[in-house]
Amino acid sequence: MAAINRDDVAHLARLAHIEMSAEELDRMAGELAVIVESVKSVSEAAGDDVPATSHPIPLSNVFREDVVGHTFTADQALSGAPDSDENRFKVPAILDEA
Amino acid sequence: MSADATLSFEEAMEKYDPVLGFEVHVELNTKTKMFSSAPNVFGDEPNTNVNEVDLGMPGVLPVVNKTAIESSIKIGLALNCKIAESCRFARKNYFYPDTPKNFQTSQYDEPIAYDGYLDIELSDGTIFRVEIERAHMEEDAGKLTHMGGATGRIQGADFSLVDYNRAGVPLVEIVTKPIQGAGSRAPELAKAYVAAVREIVKNLGVSDAKMERGNVRCDANVSLRPHGRERFGIRSETKNVNSLRAVEHAVHYEIRRHAAVLDSGEPVVQETRHWHEDTRTTTSGRAKSDADDYRYFPEPDLVPVVPSREWVEELRATLPEPPAARRKRLQADWGYSDLEFRDVVNAGVMDEIQETIAAGASASVARKWWMGEIVGRAKNADVDPGQLGVQPATIVELAKLVEDGKINNKMATEVLDGVLAGEGTPAEIVEKRGLAVVSDDGPLLEAIDAALAAQPDVADKIRGGKVQAIGAIVGGVMKATRGQADAGRVRELILAKLGVEG
Repeated sequence: MAAINRDDVAHLARLAHIEMSAEELDRMAGELAVIVESVKSVSEAAGDDVPATSHPIPLSNVFREDVVGHTFTADQALSGAPDSDENRFKVPAILDEA
Repeated sequence: MSADATLSFEEAMEKYDPVLGFEVHVELNTKTKMFSSAPNVFGDEPNTNVNEVDLGMPGVLPVVNKTAIESSIKIGLALNCKIAESCRFARKNYFYPDTPKNFQTSQYDEPIAYDGYLDIELSDGTIFRVEIERAHMEEDAGKLTHMGGATGRIQGADFSLVDYNRAGVPLVEIVTKPIQGAGSRAPELAKAYVAAVREIVKNLGVSDAKMERGNVRCDANVSLRPHGRERFGIRSETKNVNSLRAVEHAVHYEIRRHAAVLDSGEPVVQETRHWHEDTRTTTSGRAKSDADDYRYFPEPDLVPVVPSREWVEELRATLPEPPAARRKRLQADWGYSDLEFRDVVNAGVMDEIQETIAAGASASVARKWWMGEIVGRAKNADVDPGQLGVQPATIVELAKLVEDGKINNKMATEVLDGVLAGEGTPAEIVEKRGLAVVSDDGPLLEAIDAALAAQPDVADKIRGGKVQAIGAIVGGVMKATRGQADAGRVRELILAKLGVEG
């Protein structure tokens, strides 16, 4: 994997909706580069005979029967919402007038 | 917002060759959601069909719905796809309030079904093969209602309200390969393709398949290229075109709009377009940007789905007869000509006719009522014929009343109107409106005497052998009985009265 540079960090920050100052971008580019390097050592440990995986335990087909379980009431669902209206989550306008 | 320039469809076709592509989202009708045990029910009170998984609370774990996997495999098989030996879910990361997790659990490079095709029959019987790239599993998002602003649309809204009842409902997204060679039939093909997908998932019983409820939703991609050029043009993606008619109109419109853009020498902008049913036009959504970097990665909270070949074959064995084969069988059973059957299919009443026949009507009676009476009334009411409210039993009853000579055909259509107006069953309406054919000879004989007395010269002609003059007398009787007499019987009685052989 190529090294993480400052532009990558700025791009990721924008995608993740995180505001970062110039100094933070510089610092994070350095820190992330170290992390990426460290993780890379795992790839070196695994030989060609170890297949890539997305899960640490070799399981597959973990399913649930299609049976209705528990639900929240609207009040419970909305109990952690910063704002609500008509039993629904209220969120700021998302797009400006096009 | 100024309207976009368009060319006429004919001119666009003269200059350019359209290439289409569709993403059709099918909501499965499982009892529960894709990854949570909350109920998958349409139309309930907001935010009551949710639990911690649907709301993306910290530390929760999704668990895959087995029935949703089976439904997805069935859809893949019905689309002639290969079923993956192993596949995984992936996170599609984006920030938007329709998903409380900030990602949608979907499939990325490992769809459960891939490399299929669907043979689409156009209205004149032409078969057009649409190749299927993939069908993958994912979850639906919550429903946003944009409040305030001028239009209730997303642009200019003051705030939005979110209902997560739909969040996590199982979806299968069916993606075509680029569809080339449709030419001027592109709009028709678009409609027929979406109709075919809808028919398949309905037939499989894996979706309620109601487009008006968003069970089947279509994103339509359109691009144009000059005739003879291999390379595709830049495409637009018209989102959420949610009726069959709208699919046809949206493709028609986008072809005309693209043609005008290309004619002006400008490049087409690769963007999302919003469909507006009222004006039958699209408007610009947002251009593709680096905000569309979804950073897919394998979902670490779910393990791979590995459908054994035995399981796949078991599911294949449960598949119902494919729609095309079913159509062939029904046409043969019913004895309709190719043209008659195609009209039935195009009018969208094949299922209704089948149900009517199953309820006891003959094939010709079922066709006569649906095609002759109901389709036209549905068109006037601007609804699908099946939605008009005519039950198969109603038609069977009407046909029986006619057959038994209780009412004639003209009265039967009146009775049908009465049924549609909610006046009751056909028998009740016949009674209430006093529509029964007069079959008791007593009142008829009185009316005949009166008619003969009123037209003595005609009576003499008939006595003299000019039987064809009888029409005037029959007419008089029908008038006197307000059309409720059986004309054939009246004729017999007149001849008997005058002692003339018919």
